[in-house]
Amino acid sequence: MQERLEKVLGEYGRSPADLIPILQHVQDEFGYLPQETMDGIAAHAGVPKSKVYGVATFYTMFRFEPLGRNHVCVCRGTACHVRGADQILEHVQRHLGIEEGETTEDGEFSLETVACIGCCALAPVMTVNQEVHGRLKPKTATRTLKKYATADKEEGQ
Amino acid sequence: MTQDNSSRTVLVCQGTGCVSSGAVPIYDALEAEIKAAGLDIRMKITGCHGFCQQGPIVIVEPDGIFYSAVKEKDVPEIVESHLKNNTPVERLFYKDPVSGDPVGEYRTIQFYANQERIVLRNCGHINPEVIQDSLDAGIYDGMKKALAEMQPAEVIEAVKRAGLRGRGGAGFPTAVKWGFCAAQKTDQKYMICNADEGDPGAFMDRSILEATPHQVIEGLVIAGYAIGATKGFIYARAEYPLAIKRLEIAIKQAEEMNLLGKNIQGSGFDFELEVFRGAGAFVCGEETALIGSIEGGRGMPRSRPPFPAVQGLWGKPTIINNVKSLSYLGDIITRGPDWFHSIGTEDSPGTAVFALTGKVANCGLIEVPMGTTLRKIIFDIGGGIIGGKKFKAVQTGGPSGGCLPEEFLDTPVDFATLAKAGSIMGSGGMVVVDEETCMVDMARFFLNFTQYESCGKCVPCRMGTRQMQKLLEKICAGEGEPEDITTLEELAVSIKEGSLCGLGQTAPNPVLTTLRYFRHEYEAHVNEKRCPALSCKALLEYEIDQEACKLCGTCKRNCPADAITGNKKKEIPFEIHKDKCIQCGMCYTSCPFDAIVKLSPGIKKEEPEPVAAG
Repeated sequence: MQERLEKVLGEYGRSPADLIPILQHVQDEFGYLPQETMDGIAAHAGVPKSKVYGVATFYTMFRFEPLGRNHVCVCRGTACHVRGADQILEHVQRHLGIEEGETTEDGEFSLETVACIGCCALAPVMTVNQEVHGRLKPKTATRTLKKYATADKEEGQ
Repeated sequence: MTQDNSSRTVLVCQGTGCVSSGAVPIYDALEAEIKAAGLDIRMKITGCHGFCQQGPIVIVEPDGIFYSAVKEKDVPEIVESHLKNNTPVERLFYKDPVSGDPVGEYRTIQFYANQERIVLRNCGHINPEVIQDSLDAGIYDGMKKALAEMQPAEVIEAVKRAGLRGRGGAGFPTAVKWGFCAAQKTDQKYMICNADEGDPGAFMDRSILEATPHQVIEGLVIAGYAIGATKGFIYARAEYPLAIKRLEIAIKQAEEMNLLGKNIQGSGFDFELEVFRGAGAFVCGEETALIGSIEGGRGMPRSRPPFPAVQGLWGKPTIINNVKSLSYLGDIITRGPDWFHSIGTEDSPGTAVFALTGKVANCGLIEVPMGTTLRKIIFDIGGGIIGGKKFKAVQTGGPSGGCLPEEFLDTPVDFATLAKAGSIMGSGGMVVVDEETCMVDMARFFLNFTQYESCGKCVPCRMGTRQMQKLLEKICAGEGEPEDITTLEELAVSIKEGSLCGLGQTAPNPVLTTLRYFRHEYEAHVNEKRCPALSCKALLEYEIDQEACKLCGTCKRNCPADAITGNKKKEIPFEIHKDKCIQCGMCYTSCPFDAIVKLSPGIKKEEPEPVAAG
C-alpha cells in the first residue's frame, strides 16, 4: 500500500493547496481512503493529520470504507423526487436488504444516494458504477441491479 | 425531399442523457451500416440537444430531420429508407404531446421552435471534442477580437452596455463586479468559472460544458483579459465526469492552437487554465466557499467584505462567474452590446436558460428571452402537464427559491419579477409539479437538502434548518400542531437574518413561499391530518376498487409486506389489510387496471385527536 501511495503522492507538489486533488487521486487508486494513508498524505501536503480528516469528512465524495463491487447511487434531486425517487430507493433497499450508505454482506452492492446527477429529464434516475439508468420504475431498478449481479458472476466463472 | 448524400451529416447526440439511453452503440451501428451500404455520409457526435427525454437523438442534416428514442434495431431502416431512398422514417419522429402528431423537422418541434438560443446555439450541432467544429461555429472570434482590437476597459464597457447580469442566481451586474477587480493593482489576479452546479433539478451548466466547452473557455479568456487575470480555474462538480473529460480535452486543444497559454494569438496576453474537480459540497457554489475549497480546505464561506474581487483566492483579487454568464461573452463582443441589450427586458437583458423538468410533457434544456411568461415556458415549450393532470406550482431557484402557484403563470420571468413573487431566478432549475405533489413535502424535501448541506459555520443555519426540518417531518407524519406553523415562520426569519452566506439566507424560501401560496395544505395536514395531494405516506390509505379489479393478483405479488389477500381461482376478492400495509405504493404503481385507490381520509371533525398525557 505504501508503495502505491508514494507513487500517487509523487505526482503532486508539497503544498496544502494540493490536498483535495491528492485525496481524490488516493481514493481513485484504492477505492476509498485507507486509514493507513492519512499520515503519508498529511506529511506530503505539509498539514496536520487533523486537517486531512477535516477536509476528507467535509466533502461527500470521500469515504473511509471500501465500496462493494457495484456502486449504486439513487438520485434524490428535485425532478427525481417529484417523479417517485423515494419509492425507487425503498424498493432498492428492500431488494438489496441494506440501507443507504451500506454494503451488502457478499460485497456485491454498495448503496448511496446523490443530491442530483443532472439527468433530470430522465427522472427518476440511478447510476450503477457511473452508468446512468433513467426513467426507472421500482421493478426496472431491481431488474437493472440483477443484471450487474449476474454479469459479475459470469465474469467470475 | 432529395438530398445529395455527400452534403449530408448524421449527428448522434452523446450527452450524458442520450448515452444513458444507449446512444453509443447506435453511433457504431449507424457508422457500420452506412459503410456497408457504401454511402458517402459524414457522421458526427454532438453534445446535448437539451431534449434528453427523447434520447437517443439522431439528426440528419441538412434535411433537419429529428429522430427520437432511436434503438439499435432502427438503424438499418434509417439508412435504407432515409439515407438511401430519401424517405424519412416517420415512425421514429417525435410526437407532439398536445396534438399527438408526428413532427419530423427539428425546427418545427414546439419545444425548439419557441426558444431563442444564444448560449445553447451550438449545443447538439458541433462535436465538442473537435476544436475545428467550434472554430467553424465562430467560437473564439469574440476572444480574438477582444485581444486584438480592444483595451480591457473597453471590454468591460461593452459588457456594461450589454447589461449582462450574472446567471449564477443573484443577477449581479457582471461589469460592475469586473470593475472592482480591474481597479486592483497587484501582481496576480484569478478568473474562476463556477461550474459547481449543485442545485438539485438543474443541469444547464453540465449540458453546456459537455456540448460546447470551447465557448466557456473563450468566455474565461475574455473575462481574464478584462480584469487582468492570467490564471484561471474551472471549478467543476465531481458528479459530472463527462463534462470534466471534455473540458480537459478542450483545454489541451486550445493550448495547442495558442488560444490559451502564453502570448495568445500574438496579443501579448497570457492565460493559463485548469480544471479543479470539486469533491461534493453544495455550499462550494458560494464564492468564498469555492475559494476555500481550491485553496485545499473545507469549503466554508467567509464573511464579506472583503469581497473576492478585492481579496479572493490566496488573498488575490478574484472574479468568479457562472458557466452561462461566461458563455455569452464571445457573442457580446462579436455581435455587439446593443444586440444583446435588445433581447429580453430592460431590467434583465438577454436570455434565460432553464432546466425544465418535473411533471411537464417535454422535459429538457431551454433558452428563452428574459421576460417570457411561465405559461409560454411550461405550456408551449413544455407541452403542458403529463397525463392531462392539473398544474399546481412551478419551483424556480432550487433550494434557495420558491414555489409559485397558477396565478403567476402569466408573469414575465426575469430577476425582478421572480424576486417580487418570493422566489428567485436562481441558476435555472425549473421544476413543474402537478396536483399529486404535496407542497409541505416539497418544502420538507428542500429543507432536508439544505440542512444536510449546511456547512455548520453559522448557528442559525446549522441548528435552525434542523429545527425546521424536524417540524416539517412532524407535519408530514400527521403529528403537526397549529403552533408549528408559527414556529416555522419565526425560525425562517431568524435563519435568513443570522446566516453569513446565501445558503442560509435563502434556505427558508421554499417554506416561506409554500406557506404563502399553499397554506391550506399545511392546515389540512395539521388540523385534519389529511394530505390533499395524496402524497404523505403517514396520512395515506390504499384500497382496492372491486369494480375495476380483474383479480389478476399483480398487487399481491408486488406487495413486500404481505398485506394483500385474495385468490382468483377461488374467487376471493382482493383486499388490502391496513394493519399490515406499509404505504409503499407498490400495488398502486404495479396495478395494470388502475384499480388501487389512494385515500387520505383524515380525522373526522367530531373525533378530535386524543391529547397525549403529560
